[in-house]
This record gives sequence, C-alpha cells and structure tokens, in this order.
Amino acid sequence: MDLKQMKDYIYWLYFQYLLVTCSYVLEPWEQSMFHTITITVVAMVVYTAYVFIPIHIRLAFEFFSQIFG
Amino acid sequence: MFPLKLGHCSLNKEIGVIVINSLWQQIPGGFGKIHHITQNGGLYKRPFNEAFEETPMLVAVLTYVGYGILTLFGYLRDFLRYWKIEKCHNATEREEQRDFVPLYQDFENFYTRNLYMRIRDSWNRPICSVPGGKVDLLERVSHDYNWTFTYTGKVIKDIINMGSYNYLGFAENAGPSKIPVTKVLSQYGCGMCSTRQEMGNVDKHEELETLLARYLGVESALAYGMGFATNSMNIPALVGKGCLILSDELNHASLVLGARLSGATIRIFKHNNMQSLEKLLKDAIVYGQPRTHRPWKKILIIVEGIYSMEGSIVRLPEVIALKKKYKSYLYLDEAHSIGALGPNGRGVVEYFGLDPEDVDIMMGTFTKSFGAAGGYIGGKKELIDYLRVHSHSAVYATSLSPPVVQQIITTMKCIMGEDGTTLGKQRIQQLAENTRYFRRRLKELGFIIYGNEDSPVVPLMLYMPAKIGAFGREMLKRHIGVVVVGFPATPIIESRARICLSAIHTKEILDIALKKIDEVGDLLMLKYSRHRQVPLLDRPFDETTYEETED
Ligand SMILES: Cc1ncc(COP(=O)(O)O)c(C=O)c1O
Repeated sequence: MDLKQMKDYIYWLYFQYLLVTCSYVLEPWEQSMFHTITITVVAMVVYTAYVFIPIHIRLAFEFFSQIFG
Repeated sequence: MFPLKLGHCSLNKEIGVIVINSLWQQIPGGFGKIHHITQNGGLYKRPFNEAFEETPMLVAVLTYVGYGILTLFGYLRDFLRYWKIEKCHNATEREEQRDFVPLYQDFENFYTRNLYMRIRDSWNRPICSVPGGKVDLLERVSHDYNWTFTYTGKVIKDIINMGSYNYLGFAENAGPSKIPVTKVLSQYGCGMCSTRQEMGNVDKHEELETLLARYLGVESALAYGMGFATNSMNIPALVGKGCLILSDELNHASLVLGARLSGATIRIFKHNNMQSLEKLLKDAIVYGQPRTHRPWKKILIIVEGIYSMEGSIVRLPEVIALKKKYKSYLYLDEAHSIGALGPNGRGVVEYFGLDPEDVDIMMGTFTKSFGAAGGYIGGKKELIDYLRVHSHSAVYATSLSPPVVQQIITTMKCIMGEDGTTLGKQRIQQLAENTRYFRRRLKELGFIIYGNEDSPVVPLMLYMPAKIGAFGREMLKRHIGVVVVGFPATPIIESRARICLSAIHTKEILDIALKKIDEVGDLLMLKYSRHRQVPLLDRPFDETTYEETED
C-alpha cells in the first residue's frame, strides 16, 4: 500500500535523524529537549528565510536591472 | 603477470617490488587517492589481499557531530549531578577528599558515565549454553537506563553466535573430546592445587607439551594456564633494562602489559607497516641506547598473527626478513591465528609457508580454536628450559587443569588428523570457505569491511556512536549475537561490529546472518562502502630491502 510505504519511509527518515544526531541513545526527557531545540532552530531558519530571502532577491533584482537596464 | 582486479594485489615472484598505483589510472572512476598497495612481492608465496577502506568524509563529520551532541548532553547531566538535581549513580569523590587529585574527572570516566552507559546493554550479556553455533541468552532488562540490570528469568533461545572466537567449532558439548575429557576428569579430578615445579606436573602436561612441539614444528614447548599471563609474564622474563621492544601499535593488552612490566624501552611502529618498523630498527642499531649510545642488549619485535580488532594478518615474511637483516628477535602472538590459518591449521607461519625456526618465540592460546583455556610458548629448547625456571607464570601459577589439557590434546590431534578422522581438516577448510564467502558477500552488500580476506575476524564498520547500540540491539532482535566495539578498543570514530566466523556455521546459518545484516544495514544505513582503499603505507615503497647485511 502506498500510504503505508510513505509512513514507513517517514519513520525511516526519522530513525536516521535519531541515529545521526545520537538522540537515539538519549533518555526521553533529553530527547524531547533535543527535538525542541532542533525544531526551534529549523523553524527560525525557515522563518528567517521566508521573511528575508524575497526582500534580498527583490533588491538584487533591482540592483542588476539598474546596472544592465 | 597475474590478472589484477580492483582491491586485489596479486604478487609476482620474479619482480621484487611491484607498485600497483598506476593500475588505478586505468580504471574509470578510479580517481583521487584510491590505491591498494603491496610491496616486496617476492617474499610472499601467496596473494596478500588486505584492505582498509577510507572513512567517507561525510560519515566522519557526522560521527564527530554525534559525539559532540553526546558530549554536550554529558556535560548537562554532569552539571545536574553536581548540583544534586538528579541522583548520581556512579562513583564520585568522597566529601572529605574533595580537594585531592580528582579520581573520576578524566575523559575516560566522562566517557563511561555519559556515553558508554547509554548503550551498555549491548555488552556483558550472560549466556547460558555452550558458545557453539547457536547460544541461549539470559533475558535482561533495565529500568533505569542501563545503570542497573535485572534478569527476567527468561531465556532467549537459539541466537546465532557470531561473536565467539570459536574458529574451529571445538567449543562444543558433544563431539570428539567429550569422552576423553570426562575420562580424564574422573581420573585426575579438576584442579591440580600446585604449580608445575612442585606437585602440579602430571603426565598429561608432558604429553601436551610434546604434542604441541610437534604441532608447531618447534623443538620444545611450554603450556600455561592463561593466555593473558603467558604474554604479560614471559616478556619480562625475556627482556629487561637495556633491551628494546618494538611493538605494533595495535598489539593486545597482554603484550602491552608484558612490555611495560619488563622495564625495557618500548617503541611503537605503525600497524603492520614495515617501513615504520624498519626505520625504528635502523635507528635502534645506529643510535643505540639513548644518552649512553651503547648498543641495545636485545631487540625484540612483538607482533600478532591476526589482529582481532582489524582482522589484519601480520606481514610475517617481511617481518622475518627484517628481523634477520637487523639481527633481532621475534615474538609472535598467534592467539587468533593458531588453528584458524594455514592449510593444516598451524597458524600464520604455515599460512605464509615459512619455517617455524625463523620465529624465535611462538606464543599462542588455547582459548580460541581449541575451545579450551591457557596459553603456550614454543621455540628452541634452550629458550623453553630457560622459561621453565624464569617465567612467573610457569613458576608461581597453578598448572593447567587436566580435563582442559585433555581437551587441548584431543582437539590438537583432531586438527593434525592423528585421531584417524578428517574432521579437523574439514573444519579448517570449512572455516576458510566460510571466511571467503562471508567477506565477499558483505563486501558485495556494500559494507565497509576491514582486514585480510583470509582472516576469520570480520570487522564491519559502524562509525557513529548511536549505531553501535542500535546495531547490537537490532541484531539481537533478529536473533543474531554480534560483538560491537567502540572507543577505547578502537579509535574514537572507527566503531565497529566484530564478526567472528566459525567452522560450525553452515551455509544456511551464514545466509540467514547475511540476510539479517543486510536488513539492519538498510535500516541503519550502514552500507558506506564506495570501494576506495586507503594506502596502507605512508611512505614510498622502495626504501626497504631485505638483503641480510654481511658482517
Ligand atoms: C592477541 C591475544 N593475546 C592474548 C590473549 C589472551 O588470551 P587468553 O584469553 O587465553 O587469556 C588474547 C585474548 O583475547 C589475544 O587476543
């Protein structure tokens, strides 16, 4: 079944994340702390990217269009 | 020329030195630092294929990241323990000794407390059957994250045993040695309660030593009750102050201890690296002892037959050539190779087709291939006579238990074919076949495997700390028992699982094991191999020549 495969794959990805970051061997409370930190960091990165990248792209675009245009 | 294949170096007798670097330029995709090296091909009577694949860069980085995270959490936990926010389970300094030199503050304690403890469940598992092809395990649980364990009283049955050093499968509760051993037990009892020099020397010991000398092809041999003590007590009897020990960097703890106890100067050469060894020998001869510059009294080279963590086989022909050239002595520890290598199971010396006379001190243990206990030393008669009166483990230790001696005698005769069967021969062949098959299949599956293709010790690289624990647990879940190894037994990033093959593994068992390893390998992403080999030697190859000097 496709849905099940997807679920398995997502679980596998999560498992890889656990293994690589070694949170696999952490105790549950440490694990939740670690996940909170990673999620926060990732969320902040995504949010910053969302807020600032369009502005930068627009500025860059204007800059180049001024040079060439 | 022989056909040359990727990762192979066939050796040619006519050409003294072959450097196969150029081979790689012909292989598409063979870019970068990939090469596999051999040298002094003329010394070898058989191909010597040994490979250590480079650690992939990404894996190395991720491994360090993992250790970094674990270390951070370790500091956090130590902080909590220090402020008594959480209960401290481990040993600490007593209150009144706070200002003394700290005992539990160094890196190894930190490591044990904060890293090892988390995956401790993969080690020290009690088994409750013969360590044959399959074992039974006591079920064990921990309710406080591995600080303490309790036994549930249940037994996990029929775990495929890929961890015991049972190379020839003689650790068994049936088979050829059962009846003779029980006979000896009923005749002599179990313990001797005395040393060899007093009342502990029975005819069985003499029989064993005669047989052993014949088996090894040496003049005389001496058996001890413990392999570890054989090393750690005999090296001090052989060398002392004013002598030089040249020791391989990966030598076993018993050899290291023996070398340190002896009081001799110890210099370490790179693992199996003949250039490094020759440089040390040359320096030792040229400069002599430090400060006084007197010549060294003796120079003793200490190597092992098969290295149990790397699965590599010593380059014995070259070591012997060097030893002859520089007139030093050679101490060869055959703990893992005796019985397991060579067409007749006589160890590395036979494997390379060399003369046992060329090895001054042949040491080995009965704990592996023979399925018994104890160690031995073989060599010239004068050497053995000297050790008989000077070695601590011969003088002060209680002699070998007679049933154990009988087990050794029976298995040794079986290996030699003197019991009238071909069982020994079959097992040696079976082991060699299993080794080749298993190693080839693992390589095909894409795992990074270290060592020589003929070595029954197969290190499978895991690298990341979390994968050590995960591999042990996942394999056990699939009813396969493997040994996983991490720091301090290996370099910190090169954690591995060590699989020991045995002659009693049938093809079905191996296939089951391979299937499960494949499964776990996919689950844990262990198939790191990109088929790149690391150079074994850091220095150019043409610096070593093996002509004996005329004097
Ligand atoms: C190379 C080497 N030497 C000596 C020993 C010690 O032998 P024993 O276990 O018989 O004490 C071992 C054991 O693992 C070993 O690997």
